[in-house]
Amino acid sequence: MIRTFIEILRRALDEELERDPAVHLLGEDVAEGGAFGVTRGLAEKYGAHRVRNTPISEAAITGIATGAALCGLRPVLEIMFIDFATLALDCLVNQSAKYRYMSGGQLAVPMVVRTQAGAAGGAAAQHSQSLEAWFIHVPGLVVVAPSSPVEAYGLLKSAVRLGDPVLFIEHKRLYALKEALVVDGELPQIGKARVARVGTDVTLIAYSAMVRNALEAADELSRSGLSVEVIDLRTLLPLDMTTIAASVSKTHRAVIAHEAVQNGGVGAEISARIGGELFDELDAPVTRVACPFAPIPFAPELERALLPGTPNIVRAVRAVAGLSAQSGE
Amino acid sequence: MRSVTDPAVPTLADCKRMHRSLCRIRFFEGQVQRFAAAGEVPGFAHLSTGQEAVAVGVCAHLTRDDALFTSHRGHGHALAKGCDLQATFAEIIGRESGLCRGRGGSMHLADATNGMLGATGVVAGNLPLAAGAAWVFQARGEITVSVVFFGDGATGAGVFHETLNLAMLWRLPLLFVCENNGYAEFTSREEHSNVKQVSAFAVPYGMPARTIDGNDLLAVHAAAGEAIAGLRRGSGPYLLECMTYRMAGHFVGDAQHYRSKQELAAVKEKCPIERMRRHLIERGVKESELDAIGEDARQEVLQAVARARAAPRPDPATVLNYVYSATSLAATSGVIP
Repeated sequence: MIRTFIEILRRALDEELERDPAVHLLGEDVAEGGAFGVTRGLAEKYGAHRVRNTPISEAAITGIATGAALCGLRPVLEIMFIDFATLALDCLVNQSAKYRYMSGGQLAVPMVVRTQAGAAGGAAAQHSQSLEAWFIHVPGLVVVAPSSPVEAYGLLKSAVRLGDPVLFIEHKRLYALKEALVVDGELPQIGKARVARVGTDVTLIAYSAMVRNALEAADELSRSGLSVEVIDLRTLLPLDMTTIAASVSKTHRAVIAHEAVQNGGVGAEISARIGGELFDELDAPVTRVACPFAPIPFAPELERALLPGTPNIVRAVRAVAGLSAQSGE
Repeated sequence: MRSVTDPAVPTLADCKRMHRSLCRIRFFEGQVQRFAAAGEVPGFAHLSTGQEAVAVGVCAHLTRDDALFTSHRGHGHALAKGCDLQATFAEIIGRESGLCRGRGGSMHLADATNGMLGATGVVAGNLPLAAGAAWVFQARGEITVSVVFFGDGATGAGVFHETLNLAMLWRLPLLFVCENNGYAEFTSREEHSNVKQVSAFAVPYGMPARTIDGNDLLAVHAAAGEAIAGLRRGSGPYLLECMTYRMAGHFVGDAQHYRSKQELAAVKEKCPIERMRRHLIERGVKESELDAIGEDARQEVLQAVARARAAPRPDPATVLNYVYSATSLAATSGVIP
């Protein structure tokens, strides 16, 4: 069955609600389906007490989800835009992430905070950000960023079953994307990356919507004779260095691509890890493709001008492979 | 622990027990102060000295299953909820035998087996957590309740108002207990809010609330008993504002330049232990019996403190334990650099 990203997320939530009575959804408008329709129909099926609307109170609802998780629920909280997670940061950073540690392992916060991020269609500076790097800096949190509908299905189900607070970042540009979902019963392991395309010349590391650009770039580069291996990180925290190391040890070159700004980003962390752990393997400096250091603009021309895309990745990969910047076509 | 069906009016035996509980907390805080001054308490220690009646009067109505959340000033609440003296003191001085194995400390006391679900050092951060626990009890159809202690300083935080609204909207079995001790850290209430009584904040949300003398144990006991009985009947949340007085500084070592000599001299008048003592004497209890109760509590505290101080310190090799569940780390080498 061909389904959109949104429909596949809904199916994953539906199945988890069905499977485990401890799973509860909450968030602004979720009983009405949420701002993007992900939870549509679930309140009718499971009741308003399990799919619960909340006021626009991000700090309180994140705290409520955390307190409920401490007492045995498995809440799945929707924060409508990652930009609004700023309002929930005290709870996420000071409470949710630290409860297990501060209590010496007595208490845990098995909850998922679903949110969506990224730029698309003129949502402008307060509804378009990619803020994932803030969260990978916090011990105790798990950060997942799926790259496709099928990936989101398995990763969301795995996240709901995990014992720790998970920030599950969906990219709004992927929401309308359609894929066929084949359920084979095997759920992906949180913390494990995926080799999305096998190659031998350059390792290209991406996550979320940028994986699609990375695969496009790899296709284009293959026509110039470059064999690019694409790694879809899936989980940003914990980071799967084993998969990255296996690939870089083969290709000796690495490019990291993300939509978030470069400064202090996920790419900086991966680059440092590769530099520190795989220095002898490298034939070229690790390169990052990222957003220039500016807020996301409103006007479509400006938004397009700012966002990194497939051509930026192609140029970066050609450069680390020692080819001229222009493609051979 | 009292049975939840007990009437709110305490018997003489109850009163003596609660008096002992007040003394226990007072001596305990005295020991924290002593060893903090001696450099044996790492970090900050915020004492609840002077506020004991609120902890004892409220917790007298709670069972082990009821959830309690507290703040950075939570030693008394933990003890009143039933946390072990030795393990609580050991936590405050950072020992492996502490409630949280020395990972939390004075500001993060937690004891899951006693329903003490945590203390937070971020003012007002505990309020929505308590609402979350109350939501679970409501969803399960239990008569269990959730209680959160906070100071008047917490009313300056947005999340306080968000949580009041949500708790009332969802009719949660949640008791908000404000210990209005007159100070938000070093700033007096007059200087940090134009709203005189914290209970006034409950009014627009339609939440029942009361302001009571928090230094009068019997007044706290009666008001909390009524409020908690209502919560167990499903009548929704309640805000209880207890006017009390922080006899100590904001933390051990606070020079308290913001308080006048006259104010500090009047402290004894407000002391909840002195008041309970007078009450018991009026009811015919001999001074010698009260002295014996106090001495008994003091000995219990001293022995627990001695055991805690002799307890082993955490093994530095275990510093990375308890960050994640095993499943979160299954795909890694077990440690995240």
